[in-house]
Amino acid sequence: MRPFEYERASGPAGAVAALRERGDGAMYLGGGTNLVDLMKLGVETPSTLVDVSKLPLREIEERGDGGLRIGAAVRNSELAGDRVVRERYPVLALALLSGASGQLRNLATVGGNLLQRTRCSYFQDVSKPCNKRSPGSGCPAREGDHRNLAIIGHSPACVATHPSDMAVALAALDATVEVETEDGTRTIFVREFHRLPGDEPQRDTVLEPGDLITAVEVPPLPFGARSTYRKVRERASFSFAVVSVAAALDIADGMVRDCRLALGGVAHKPWHAARAEEALRGRPATEESFLAAADAELEQAEPLRDNAFKVPLARAVIARTLLELSAA
Amino acid sequence: MAEIVLTVNGEEHRLDVDVRATLLDVLRERLDLTGSKKGCDHGQCGACTILLDGMRANSCLALAVAHDGAEIVTIEGLAENGELHPLQAAFVEHDAFQCGYCTPGQICSAVGMLGEVEKGWPSNASPDLTAERSDLTDDEIRERMSGNICRCGAYMNIVPAIADAAE
Repeated sequence: MRPFEYERASGPAGAVAALRERGDGAMYLGGGTNLVDLMKLGVETPSTLVDVSKLPLREIEERGDGGLRIGAAVRNSELAGDRVVRERYPVLALALLSGASGQLRNLATVGGNLLQRTRCSYFQDVSKPCNKRSPGSGCPAREGDHRNLAIIGHSPACVATHPSDMAVALAALDATVEVETEDGTRTIFVREFHRLPGDEPQRDTVLEPGDLITAVEVPPLPFGARSTYRKVRERASFSFAVVSVAAALDIADGMVRDCRLALGGVAHKPWHAARAEEALRGRPATEESFLAAADAELEQAEPLRDNAFKVPLARAVIARTLLELSAA
Repeated sequence: MAEIVLTVNGEEHRLDVDVRATLLDVLRERLDLTGSKKGCDHGQCGACTILLDGMRANSCLALAVAHDGAEIVTIEGLAENGELHPLQAAFVEHDAFQCGYCTPGQICSAVGMLGEVEKGWPSNASPDLTAERSDLTDDEIRERMSGNICRCGAYMNIVPAIADAAE
Protein backbone atom coordinates (compact mmCIF):
# COMPACT_ATOMS: atom_id res chain seq x y z
CA MET A 1 0.00 0.00 0.00
CA ARG A 2 1.30 3.47 -0.91
CA PRO A 3 2.03 5.87 2.00
CA PHE A 4 -0.60 8.50 2.77
CA GLU A 5 -1.40 11.18 5.32
CA TYR A 6 -4.19 10.54 7.79
CA GLU A 7 -6.50 13.10 9.33
CA ARG A 8 -9.60 12.62 11.44
CA ALA A 9 -12.37 15.05 10.47
CA SER A 10 -13.73 17.32 13.20
CA GLY A 11 -17.23 17.66 11.72
CA PRO A 12 -18.96 17.52 8.31
CA ALA A 13 -17.96 21.10 7.38
CA GLY A 14 -14.46 20.49 8.74
CA ALA A 15 -14.20 17.35 6.64
CA VAL A 16 -15.14 19.20 3.45
CA ALA A 17 -12.61 21.95 4.25
CA ALA A 18 -9.90 19.39 5.05
CA LEU A 19 -10.46 17.48 1.84
CA ARG A 20 -10.29 20.62 -0.29
CA GLU A 21 -7.21 21.84 1.54
CA ARG A 22 -5.43 18.52 1.00
CA GLY A 23 -6.05 18.72 -2.74
CA ASP A 24 -6.70 16.27 -5.54
CA GLY A 25 -5.37 13.06 -4.05
CA ALA A 26 -7.38 13.27 -0.81
CA MET A 27 -10.25 10.88 -0.14
CA TYR A 28 -12.76 10.30 2.64
CA LEU A 29 -12.47 7.12 4.70
CA GLY A 30 -15.68 5.54 5.98
CA GLY A 31 -15.81 1.92 7.10
CA GLY A 32 -12.95 1.15 4.70
CA THR A 33 -14.33 -2.19 3.53
CA ASN A 34 -14.03 -1.22 -0.13
CA LEU A 35 -11.46 1.59 -0.05
CA VAL A 36 -8.82 -0.21 2.05
CA ASP A 37 -9.21 -3.24 -0.20
CA LEU A 38 -8.70 -1.07 -3.31
CA MET A 39 -5.66 0.56 -1.69
CA LYS A 40 -4.14 -2.88 -1.11
CA LEU A 41 -4.76 -3.67 -4.79
CA GLY A 42 -3.18 -0.39 -5.87
CA VAL A 43 -6.42 0.70 -7.54
CA GLU A 44 -6.78 3.64 -5.16
CA THR A 45 -3.69 5.59 -4.15
CA PRO A 46 -4.91 8.49 -2.01
CA SER A 47 -2.37 11.04 -0.80
CA THR A 48 -4.51 11.72 2.27
CA LEU A 49 -7.36 9.96 4.00
CA VAL A 50 -9.80 12.22 5.80
CA ASP A 51 -11.52 9.87 8.24
CA VAL A 52 -15.26 10.56 8.48
CA SER A 53 -16.22 7.25 10.08
CA LYS A 54 -16.45 8.74 13.58
CA LEU A 55 -18.46 11.83 12.66
CA PRO A 56 -21.70 12.19 14.64
CA LEU A 57 -23.81 10.94 11.70
CA ARG A 58 -24.93 7.70 13.24
CA GLU A 59 -28.60 8.35 14.03
CA ILE A 60 -31.67 6.85 12.38
CA GLU A 61 -34.44 9.41 12.95
CA GLU A 62 -38.15 9.03 12.28
CA ARG A 63 -39.53 12.07 10.51
CA GLY A 64 -42.91 13.59 11.34
CA ASP A 65 -44.22 12.58 7.90
CA GLY A 66 -43.40 8.91 8.47
CA GLY A 67 -40.15 8.94 6.54
CA LEU A 68 -36.65 8.25 7.84
CA ARG A 69 -33.42 10.20 8.00
CA ILE A 70 -30.41 7.90 8.12
CA GLY A 71 -27.02 9.28 9.10
CA ALA A 72 -24.23 8.55 6.62
CA ALA A 73 -22.08 6.82 9.25
CA VAL A 74 -24.81 4.38 10.31
CA ARG A 75 -23.42 0.90 9.80
CA ASN A 76 -25.16 -1.33 7.24
CA SER A 77 -25.94 -3.90 9.95
CA GLU A 78 -27.48 -1.29 12.26
CA LEU A 79 -29.77 -0.07 9.48
CA ALA A 80 -30.85 -3.60 8.56
CA GLY A 81 -31.54 -4.34 12.22
CA ASP A 82 -33.56 -1.18 12.82
CA ARG A 83 -37.11 -2.05 13.80
CA VAL A 84 -38.75 0.78 11.84
CA VAL A 85 -36.82 -0.13 8.69
CA ARG A 86 -37.83 -3.77 9.04
CA GLU A 87 -41.48 -2.89 9.50
CA ARG A 88 -41.95 -0.03 7.04
CA TYR A 89 -39.29 -0.73 4.42
CA PRO A 90 -38.58 -4.48 4.32
CA VAL A 91 -37.08 -3.97 0.85
CA LEU A 92 -34.30 -1.89 2.40
CA ALA A 93 -33.60 -4.30 5.28
CA LEU A 94 -33.53 -7.26 2.88
CA ALA A 95 -31.27 -5.49 0.37
CA LEU A 96 -28.79 -4.72 3.16
CA LEU A 97 -28.96 -8.26 4.56
CA SER A 98 -28.33 -9.76 1.14
CA GLY A 99 -25.11 -7.79 0.72
CA ALA A 100 -21.61 -8.77 1.90
CA SER A 101 -21.17 -10.70 5.17
CA GLY A 102 -22.06 -10.09 8.82
CA GLN A 103 -18.62 -8.79 9.72
CA LEU A 104 -18.42 -6.52 6.66
CA ARG A 105 -21.88 -5.06 7.32
CA ASN A 106 -20.71 -4.15 10.84
CA LEU A 107 -17.95 -1.97 9.38
CA ALA A 108 -19.55 -0.65 6.18
CA THR A 109 -21.36 2.70 6.37
CA VAL A 110 -24.45 3.91 4.52
CA GLY A 111 -22.48 6.69 2.79
CA GLY A 112 -19.69 4.30 1.82
CA ASN A 113 -22.15 1.75 0.48
CA LEU A 114 -23.42 4.32 -2.05
CA LEU A 115 -19.85 5.13 -3.08
CA GLN A 116 -18.48 1.62 -3.48
CA ARG A 117 -16.78 0.90 -6.77
CA THR A 118 -17.61 -1.72 -9.36
CA ARG A 119 -16.32 -5.25 -8.86
CA CYS A 120 -15.52 -5.57 -12.59
CA SER A 121 -12.38 -7.71 -12.56
CA TYR A 122 -10.54 -5.41 -14.99
CA PHE A 123 -11.14 -2.40 -12.77
CA GLN A 124 -9.64 -4.27 -9.82
CA ASP A 125 -6.56 -5.49 -11.71
CA VAL A 126 -4.01 -2.71 -12.22
CA SER A 127 -2.14 -4.76 -14.83
CA LYS A 128 -5.14 -4.43 -17.17
CA PRO A 129 -6.48 -1.42 -19.07
CA CYS A 130 -9.69 0.09 -17.67
CA ASN A 131 -11.34 3.37 -18.61
CA LYS A 132 -12.86 3.71 -15.18
CA ARG A 133 -9.55 3.34 -13.34
CA SER A 134 -7.30 4.83 -15.99
CA PRO A 135 -9.35 7.00 -18.40
CA GLY A 136 -8.51 6.43 -22.05
CA SER A 137 -6.73 3.10 -21.51
CA GLY A 138 -9.55 1.03 -22.98
CA CYS A 139 -12.17 -1.49 -21.86
CA PRO A 140 -11.11 -5.14 -22.12
CA ALA A 141 -14.44 -6.22 -20.61
CA ARG A 142 -16.35 -5.32 -23.76
CA GLU A 143 -14.67 -8.19 -25.65
CA GLY A 144 -13.46 -10.14 -22.62
CA ASP A 145 -15.11 -11.41 -19.46
CA HIS A 146 -18.40 -9.55 -19.18
CA ARG A 147 -20.70 -12.38 -18.21
CA ASN A 148 -21.80 -10.53 -15.07
CA LEU A 149 -21.63 -6.96 -16.41
CA ALA A 150 -24.21 -4.48 -17.71
CA ILE A 151 -27.08 -5.12 -20.11
CA ILE A 152 -28.61 -1.63 -19.97
CA GLY A 153 -27.16 1.87 -20.26
CA HIS A 154 -23.55 0.87 -20.91
CA SER A 155 -21.25 2.74 -23.28
CA PRO A 156 -18.35 1.83 -25.55
CA ALA A 157 -16.08 3.09 -22.74
CA CYS A 158 -17.47 0.99 -19.90
CA VAL A 159 -19.79 -1.95 -19.29
CA ALA A 160 -19.38 -2.15 -15.51
CA THR A 161 -22.24 -2.60 -13.03
CA HIS A 162 -22.82 -0.87 -9.72
CA PRO A 163 -22.38 -3.42 -6.94
CA SER A 164 -24.63 -2.03 -4.19
CA ASP A 165 -27.80 -3.81 -3.10
CA MET A 166 -28.79 -1.04 -0.67
CA ALA A 167 -28.75 1.56 -3.44
CA VAL A 168 -31.20 -0.50 -5.51
CA ALA A 169 -33.68 -0.49 -2.64
CA LEU A 170 -33.13 3.26 -2.13
CA ALA A 171 -33.74 3.89 -5.84
CA ALA A 172 -37.01 1.98 -5.62
CA LEU A 173 -37.98 3.97 -2.51
CA ASP A 174 -37.09 7.27 -4.23
CA ALA A 175 -34.73 8.25 -1.40
CA THR A 176 -32.56 11.35 -1.42
CA VAL A 177 -28.91 11.85 -0.51
CA GLU A 178 -27.97 14.83 1.64
CA VAL A 179 -24.56 16.18 0.72
CA GLU A 180 -22.33 18.70 2.50
CA THR A 181 -20.52 20.82 -0.08
CA GLU A 182 -18.19 23.78 0.00
CA ASP A 183 -21.26 25.99 -0.57
CA GLY A 184 -23.57 24.39 1.96
CA THR A 185 -25.97 21.48 1.87
CA ARG A 186 -27.56 20.05 -1.26
CA THR A 187 -29.97 17.20 -1.83
CA ILE A 188 -29.76 14.71 -4.68
CA PHE A 189 -32.25 11.98 -5.63
CA VAL A 190 -30.68 8.52 -5.34
CA ARG A 191 -32.04 7.87 -8.84
CA GLU A 192 -29.91 10.75 -10.12
CA PHE A 193 -26.97 10.24 -7.79
CA HIS A 194 -25.18 7.54 -9.80
CA ARG A 195 -24.26 8.16 -13.44
CA LEU A 196 -24.31 6.12 -16.60
CA PRO A 197 -20.74 5.69 -17.85
CA GLY A 198 -20.97 7.65 -21.13
CA ASP A 199 -17.47 8.79 -22.03
CA GLU A 200 -16.53 9.53 -18.42
CA PRO A 201 -16.77 6.15 -16.68
CA GLN A 202 -14.27 7.31 -14.06
CA ARG A 203 -17.14 9.29 -12.53
CA ASP A 204 -19.50 6.93 -10.71
CA THR A 205 -21.69 9.67 -9.22
CA VAL A 206 -22.63 13.31 -9.72
CA LEU A 207 -20.65 14.35 -6.61
CA GLU A 208 -18.00 17.03 -7.02
CA PRO A 209 -14.58 16.71 -5.37
CA GLY A 210 -14.91 17.41 -1.66
CA ASP A 211 -18.65 16.69 -1.45
CA LEU A 212 -19.48 14.62 1.63
CA ILE A 213 -22.59 12.46 2.06
CA THR A 214 -24.09 13.26 5.47
CA ALA A 215 -27.44 11.45 5.34
CA VAL A 216 -29.96 9.54 3.28
CA GLU A 217 -33.64 10.41 3.53
CA VAL A 218 -36.30 7.87 2.75
CA PRO A 219 -39.73 9.37 2.08
CA PRO A 220 -42.85 7.78 3.56
CA LEU A 221 -44.34 5.00 1.46
CA PRO A 222 -47.81 3.93 2.67
CA PHE A 223 -47.49 0.53 0.99
CA GLY A 224 -43.82 0.12 1.97
CA ALA A 225 -44.63 -2.85 4.18
CA ARG A 226 -45.53 -4.74 1.00
CA SER A 227 -42.05 -4.55 -0.46
CA THR A 228 -39.21 -6.97 -0.93
CA TYR A 229 -35.77 -7.52 -2.42
CA ARG A 230 -34.90 -10.57 -4.46
CA LYS A 231 -31.30 -11.23 -5.39
CA VAL A 232 -30.08 -13.85 -7.84
CA ARG A 233 -26.43 -14.73 -7.45
CA GLU A 234 -24.02 -17.53 -8.18
CA ARG A 235 -24.04 -18.88 -4.64
CA ALA A 236 -26.52 -18.68 -1.80
CA SER A 237 -24.78 -15.99 0.24
CA PHE A 238 -21.92 -13.43 0.30
CA SER A 239 -21.87 -12.75 -3.43
CA PHE A 240 -22.73 -9.85 -5.72
CA ALA A 241 -25.96 -9.83 -7.70
CA VAL A 242 -26.27 -11.31 -11.15
CA VAL A 243 -29.71 -9.69 -11.21
CA SER A 244 -31.66 -8.23 -8.31
CA VAL A 245 -35.09 -6.68 -7.97
CA ALA A 246 -36.36 -4.20 -5.38
CA ALA A 247 -40.13 -3.91 -5.50
CA ALA A 248 -43.10 -2.46 -3.62
CA LEU A 249 -46.69 -3.02 -4.62
CA ASP A 250 -49.98 -1.35 -3.76
CA ILE A 251 -52.97 -3.44 -4.80
CA ALA A 252 -56.67 -2.65 -4.47
CA ASP A 253 -59.45 -4.89 -5.84
CA GLY A 254 -56.97 -6.97 -7.78
CA MET A 255 -55.56 -3.94 -9.58
CA VAL A 256 -52.12 -2.37 -9.22
CA ARG A 257 -52.80 1.04 -7.73
CA ASP A 258 -49.13 1.96 -7.41
CA CYS A 259 -45.72 0.32 -7.46
CA ARG A 260 -41.98 0.86 -7.11
CA LEU A 261 -39.41 -1.12 -9.03
CA ALA A 262 -35.63 -0.99 -9.38
CA LEU A 263 -33.04 -3.45 -10.69
CA GLY A 264 -29.52 -4.30 -9.58
CA GLY A 265 -26.72 -6.06 -11.43
CA VAL A 266 -27.84 -4.77 -14.81
CA ALA A 267 -26.35 -1.28 -15.17
CA HIS A 268 -23.69 1.22 -14.13
CA LYS A 269 -26.22 2.55 -11.63
CA PRO A 270 -29.11 1.16 -9.61
CA TRP A 271 -31.70 0.95 -12.35
CA HIS A 272 -35.03 2.61 -11.59
CA ALA A 273 -37.49 0.67 -13.74
CA ALA A 274 -39.69 3.66 -14.62
CA ARG A 275 -41.12 2.09 -17.79
CA ALA A 276 -42.16 -1.05 -15.92
CA GLU A 277 -43.79 1.04 -13.18
CA GLU A 278 -45.68 3.00 -15.81
CA ALA A 279 -46.82 -0.19 -17.52
CA LEU A 280 -48.05 -1.64 -14.24
CA ARG A 281 -50.11 1.19 -12.77
CA GLY A 282 -53.81 0.58 -13.22
CA ARG A 283 -53.30 -2.94 -14.58
CA PRO A 284 -54.64 -6.17 -13.08
CA ALA A 285 -52.22 -7.71 -10.58
CA THR A 286 -51.60 -10.81 -12.69
CA GLU A 287 -48.58 -12.67 -13.99
CA GLU A 288 -49.45 -11.47 -17.47
CA SER A 289 -49.25 -7.80 -16.40
CA PHE A 290 -46.05 -8.41 -14.48
CA LEU A 291 -44.37 -10.02 -17.48
CA ALA A 292 -45.61 -7.22 -19.75
CA ALA A 293 -44.16 -4.65 -17.34
CA ALA A 294 -40.82 -6.48 -17.32
CA ASP A 295 -40.84 -6.52 -21.12
CA ALA A 296 -41.58 -2.79 -21.23
CA GLU A 297 -38.43 -2.18 -19.18
CA LEU A 298 -36.15 -4.75 -20.76
CA GLU A 299 -36.99 -3.66 -24.31
CA GLN A 300 -34.12 -1.21 -23.98
CA ALA A 301 -31.60 -3.90 -22.97
CA GLU A 302 -28.52 -4.25 -25.15
CA PRO A 303 -26.82 -7.35 -23.83
CA LEU A 304 -23.21 -8.12 -24.62
CA ARG A 305 -21.94 -11.34 -26.21
CA ASP A 306 -21.97 -13.40 -23.00
CA ASN A 307 -24.62 -11.84 -20.79
CA ALA A 308 -27.81 -12.03 -22.86
CA PHE A 309 -29.04 -14.60 -20.31
CA LYS A 310 -29.60 -11.71 -17.92
CA VAL A 311 -32.53 -10.41 -19.98
CA PRO A 312 -34.85 -13.42 -19.56
CA LEU A 313 -33.48 -13.86 -16.03
CA ALA A 314 -34.42 -10.29 -15.08
CA ARG A 315 -37.81 -10.77 -16.74
CA ALA A 316 -38.51 -13.88 -14.71
CA VAL A 317 -37.21 -12.41 -11.45
CA ILE A 318 -39.30 -9.24 -11.87
CA ALA A 319 -42.47 -11.27 -12.51
CA ARG A 320 -41.76 -13.74 -9.71
CA THR A 321 -41.06 -10.97 -7.19
CA LEU A 322 -44.22 -9.07 -8.09
CA LEU A 323 -46.27 -12.27 -7.98
CA GLU A 324 -44.97 -13.01 -4.51
CA LEU A 325 -45.76 -9.49 -3.36
CA SER A 326 -49.26 -9.64 -4.83
CA ALA A 327 -49.93 -12.83 -2.91
CA ALA A 328 -48.51 -11.44 0.36
CA MET B 1 3.32 7.16 11.98
CA ALA B 2 0.55 7.84 14.46
CA GLU B 3 0.13 7.19 18.15
CA ILE B 4 -2.93 5.18 19.09
CA VAL B 5 -4.31 3.42 22.14
CA LEU B 6 -5.95 0.00 21.80
CA THR B 7 -7.44 -2.08 24.58
CA VAL B 8 -6.91 -5.68 23.55
CA ASN B 9 -8.32 -8.51 25.64
CA GLY B 10 -8.60 -6.11 28.57
CA GLU B 11 -5.05 -4.79 28.34
CA GLU B 12 -4.30 -1.25 27.23
CA HIS B 13 -1.56 -0.71 24.64
CA ARG B 14 -0.08 2.62 23.55
CA LEU B 15 1.42 2.14 20.10
CA ASP B 16 3.14 4.10 17.35
CA VAL B 17 1.73 2.65 14.16
CA ASP B 18 2.31 3.13 10.45
CA VAL B 19 -0.96 4.63 9.16
CA ARG B 20 -1.05 1.82 6.60
CA ALA B 21 -1.14 -0.87 9.29
CA THR B 22 -4.38 -2.76 9.67
CA LEU B 23 -5.63 -3.97 13.04
CA LEU B 24 -4.66 -7.46 11.91
CA ASP B 25 -1.06 -6.35 11.28
CA VAL B 26 -0.88 -4.65 14.68
CA LEU B 27 -2.33 -7.62 16.55
CA ARG B 28 -0.03 -10.12 14.89
CA GLU B 29 3.18 -8.20 14.34
CA ARG B 30 3.25 -5.77 17.26
CA LEU B 31 1.28 -7.48 20.02
CA ASP B 32 2.28 -11.03 19.09
CA LEU B 33 -1.36 -12.12 19.10
CA THR B 34 -1.12 -14.51 16.17
CA GLY B 35 -4.46 -16.22 16.76
CA SER B 36 -6.18 -13.91 14.28
CA LYS B 37 -5.12 -15.17 10.87
CA LYS B 38 -4.26 -13.50 7.61
CA GLY B 39 -6.10 -15.54 4.99
CA CYS B 40 -7.15 -13.60 1.90
CA ASP B 41 -6.32 -10.16 3.36
CA HIS B 42 -9.28 -8.74 1.39
CA GLY B 43 -12.25 -9.30 3.69
CA GLN B 44 -13.46 -12.35 1.82
CA CYS B 45 -12.44 -15.30 4.03
CA GLY B 46 -13.11 -14.15 7.60
CA ALA B 47 -9.97 -15.75 9.13
CA CYS B 48 -9.06 -12.34 10.60
CA THR B 49 -12.42 -11.80 12.35
CA ILE B 50 -12.17 -10.09 15.75
CA LEU B 51 -14.62 -8.37 18.06
CA LEU B 52 -14.19 -4.64 17.57
CA ASP B 53 -16.06 -2.55 20.13
CA GLY B 54 -18.26 -5.59 20.70
CA MET B 55 -19.06 -6.23 17.03
CA ARG B 56 -17.45 -8.83 14.78
CA ALA B 57 -15.32 -7.24 12.07
CA ASN B 58 -12.68 -8.13 9.48
CA SER B 59 -9.45 -6.84 11.05
CA CYS B 60 -7.66 -7.02 7.69
CA LEU B 61 -9.74 -4.14 6.31
CA ALA B 62 -9.67 -1.94 9.42
CA LEU B 63 -6.85 0.59 9.47
CA ALA B 64 -5.50 0.68 13.04
CA VAL B 65 -5.18 4.46 13.01
CA ALA B 66 -8.92 4.77 12.34
CA HIS B 67 -9.71 2.69 15.42
CA ASP B 68 -7.78 4.65 18.02
CA GLY B 69 -9.41 4.02 21.40
CA ALA B 70 -11.07 0.78 20.33
CA GLU B 71 -11.80 -2.18 22.59
CA ILE B 72 -10.79 -5.39 20.89
CA VAL B 73 -11.28 -9.03 21.80
CA THR B 74 -9.38 -11.70 19.88
CA ILE B 75 -9.49 -15.49 20.11
CA GLU B 76 -6.78 -15.21 22.82
CA GLY B 77 -9.17 -13.20 25.00
CA LEU B 78 -12.23 -15.45 24.96
CA ALA B 79 -11.29 -17.97 27.66
CA GLU B 80 -11.89 -16.85 31.23
CA ASN B 81 -10.03 -18.12 34.32
CA GLY B 82 -8.62 -21.02 32.36
CA GLU B 83 -12.09 -22.06 31.16
CA LEU B 84 -12.68 -22.21 27.42
CA HIS B 85 -15.43 -19.98 26.06
CA PRO B 86 -18.54 -22.12 25.38
CA LEU B 87 -17.98 -21.73 21.63
CA GLN B 88 -14.36 -22.87 21.93
CA ALA B 89 -15.49 -25.87 23.97
CA ALA B 90 -18.21 -26.66 21.42
CA PHE B 91 -15.73 -26.53 18.52
CA VAL B 92 -13.50 -29.03 20.37
CA GLU B 93 -16.45 -31.21 21.31
CA HIS B 94 -17.76 -31.33 17.73
CA ASP B 95 -14.36 -31.56 16.03
CA ALA B 96 -15.39 -28.46 14.10
CA PHE B 97 -12.12 -28.02 12.19
CA GLN B 98 -9.47 -29.88 10.29
CA CYS B 99 -6.39 -27.70 9.74
CA GLY B 100 -7.62 -25.07 12.20
CA TYR B 101 -6.51 -22.01 10.24
CA CYS B 102 -10.01 -20.53 9.92
CA THR B 103 -11.03 -21.54 13.45
CA PRO B 104 -10.13 -18.39 15.45
CA GLY B 105 -12.08 -16.31 12.91
CA GLN B 106 -14.96 -18.79 12.92
CA ILE B 107 -15.20 -18.67 16.71
CA CYS B 108 -14.90 -14.89 17.05
CA SER B 109 -17.44 -14.50 14.26
CA ALA B 110 -19.84 -16.92 15.99
CA VAL B 111 -19.50 -14.99 19.28
CA GLY B 112 -20.39 -11.77 17.47
CA MET B 113 -23.15 -13.47 15.49
CA LEU B 114 -24.85 -14.79 18.63
CA GLY B 115 -24.76 -11.23 20.02
CA GLU B 116 -26.54 -10.03 16.86
CA VAL B 117 -29.21 -12.71 17.28
CA GLU B 118 -29.59 -11.62 20.91
CA LYS B 119 -30.23 -8.05 19.73
CA GLY B 120 -33.04 -9.32 17.52
CA TRP B 121 -31.25 -8.61 14.24
CA PRO B 122 -32.65 -10.70 11.39
CA SER B 123 -30.67 -12.30 8.58
CA ASN B 124 -31.39 -12.90 4.92
CA ALA B 125 -32.52 -16.41 5.94
CA SER B 126 -35.00 -15.22 8.57
CA PRO B 127 -38.57 -16.26 7.72
CA ASP B 128 -39.99 -13.26 9.59
CA LEU B 129 -38.11 -9.99 9.26
CA THR B 130 -40.04 -8.37 12.11
CA ALA B 131 -39.75 -11.20 14.66
CA GLU B 132 -38.42 -10.19 18.10
CA ARG B 133 -35.76 -12.86 17.78
CA SER B 134 -34.87 -15.37 15.06
CA ASP B 135 -34.77 -19.10 15.77
CA LEU B 136 -31.22 -20.19 15.17
CA THR B 137 -31.91 -22.89 12.58
CA ASP B 138 -29.09 -24.46 10.58
CA ASP B 139 -30.09 -22.26 7.63
CA GLU B 140 -29.79 -19.18 9.84
CA ILE B 141 -26.34 -20.27 11.07
CA ARG B 142 -25.12 -20.91 7.52
CA GLU B 143 -26.36 -17.54 6.29
CA ARG B 144 -25.07 -15.59 9.27
CA MET B 145 -21.67 -17.31 9.10
CA SER B 146 -21.21 -16.93 5.33
CA GLY B 147 -18.35 -14.46 5.86
CA ASN B 148 -16.18 -17.27 7.27
CA ILE B 149 -14.78 -19.72 4.74
CA CYS B 150 -13.38 -23.13 5.72
CA ARG B 151 -11.29 -24.60 2.94
CA CYS B 152 -11.18 -27.98 4.68
CA GLY B 153 -14.96 -27.98 4.48
CA ALA B 154 -15.60 -28.63 8.18
CA TYR B 155 -18.96 -26.89 7.93
CA MET B 156 -20.88 -30.06 8.79
CA ASN B 157 -19.32 -29.92 12.26
CA ILE B 158 -19.07 -26.13 12.57
CA VAL B 159 -22.84 -25.68 12.22
CA PRO B 160 -23.74 -28.14 15.03
CA ALA B 161 -20.96 -26.73 17.24
CA ILE B 162 -22.47 -23.24 16.97
CA ALA B 163 -26.02 -24.57 17.40
CA ASP B 164 -24.90 -26.43 20.52
CA ALA B 165 -23.13 -23.42 22.05
CA ALA B 166 -26.13 -21.20 21.32
CA GLU B 167 -28.41 -23.32 23.50
